[in-house]
Amino acid sequence: MHTSYSSSRILLPVRPWFIALSLLAALLLNFLPTSAWLAAPDWLALVIVFWSVREPRRVGMGLAFLFGLAMDVADAGLLGQHALAYVLAAYGGSSLSRRILWFPLGQQALQVFPLLLLVQLVQFAVWTVAGAELPGMVYFLGPCFGAFLWPLLTLLLLLPQHQPVDHDDNRPL
Amino acid sequence: MDQQPPPFFKRGPAPVALLSFYVALSLALLVVDARFQTLEVLRQALSMFTHPVQQLAHLPAQLLDNAGSYFASAARLQAENAELQRGRLEHVAALLRSQHVEAENERLRKLLGVKERQQVSGQVAQILYSARDPYARRVIIDKGQQDKVIAGQPVIDDLGIVGQVTRTFPFVAEVTLITDKEQAVPVQVVRTGLRSVVFGLGDGQLELRFMPVNADLQNGDLLVTSGLDGIFPAGFPVAKVVHIESDTAYSFARIFCVPTAAVEHFSEVMVLDPRPPVALPEELADEVATKDTKASARVVRAKKKRPKKD
Repeated sequence: MHTSYSSSRILLPVRPWFIALSLLAALLLNFLPTSAWLAAPDWLALVIVFWSVREPRRVGMGLAFLFGLAMDVADAGLLGQHALAYVLAAYGGSSLSRRILWFPLGQQALQVFPLLLLVQLVQFAVWTVAGAELPGMVYFLGPCFGAFLWPLLTLLLLLPQHQPVDHDDNRPL
Repeated sequence: MDQQPPPFFKRGPAPVALLSFYVALSLALLVVDARFQTLEVLRQALSMFTHPVQQLAHLPAQLLDNAGSYFASAARLQAENAELQRGRLEHVAALLRSQHVEAENERLRKLLGVKERQQVSGQVAQILYSARDPYARRVIIDKGQQDKVIAGQPVIDDLGIVGQVTRTFPFVAEVTLITDKEQAVPVQVVRTGLRSVVFGLGDGQLELRFMPVNADLQNGDLLVTSGLDGIFPAGFPVAKVVHIESDTAYSFARIFCVPTAAVEHFSEVMVLDPRPPVALPEELADEVATKDTKASARVVRAKKKRPKKD
């Protein structure tokens, strides 16, 4: 359990079912018929990075790999393309987790942006090797939106971990 | 006595070891999938998990669609109905005539001793969504192995060829559009009877490759399937020539075409039944048969050899 710079509140431990629910919800958001809009953020990458930063011992490369495979099957892409990208992002998230959590939310978003860009770049690289062309710079707008959404996502996903505030003068914490 | 860390600190393998394991696994999957196409079973198994989630994701859009059609005004429906009635009457003459011509054609073909053109039949399917990947020109339709769809079946709409089924899952199938970079369709120019192959460009257009600069082609020429591949039935419209670039620096002209079918739009399509394989002429069939027996004999010999080695 980490406490971030901006919040001095002590958080409750995370519930495993909530992590599973948020990952499934992100998968659902990714499956929405938004394929025409290239700049849509990769929700699943965002949530995987979030949990690997917040709870590196619970959400790691294994889960990232499995969800990546699910994305590959649904996308009719090459098998392993999303899996590779998500595994790298999860590794980056968990190894940078202590540093990222030191900063306030806005600066956290700046540090998360390269991780999200990495997800996009890995897929681009895979497709380039397979012989495709860049679909346009709009493709790289997705990580920007993802980074903008980071503070909002943090507030939303940490909501169940906040304890009710009851002031008790006899209790120091 | 060697020092062991207490079990309290055990956290599984080191992160770098895990990372290299998963990266190696993904790279192996990528290579195997791109080169050998042997992972279809894994794909189908995983789709049993992703398919319900995908359906859930498409539910809101479908509901919105249905609600829209539910509240369509009666006046518009009446107008549309009248329009359809008129269109049907207009087409009746052509239809009757084409039935007559088809019967006549069949008779003439019999007289000439030419093999009969086969009837085409198929099943109607709906395009569910296009793949999220910006690189792939592929769509998913709502018919799969349950409806006996197999890979390789041609897919058409009311205006021409749309694509070809490339992968099947239990409930859905993946169709590669003719505009995909890896899709090629053997065609024939209607005006001149010139045969060629049209390739997708990946940007919604098609290209006729390897045509000499002096080939007899004009803007507006219609390309139909030639049926030589044994997959697409002959005579279906595929594309129209829109632009010809003949640069003398190259030996081939660059000929761009646009598909006649509504390839990039969401609509209903028809999955045609696969064409039965054409029987080989007798002398060739004999040759193939002898080759087959030879091959099987070789296998038997190999099997016999193996125990000797042991």
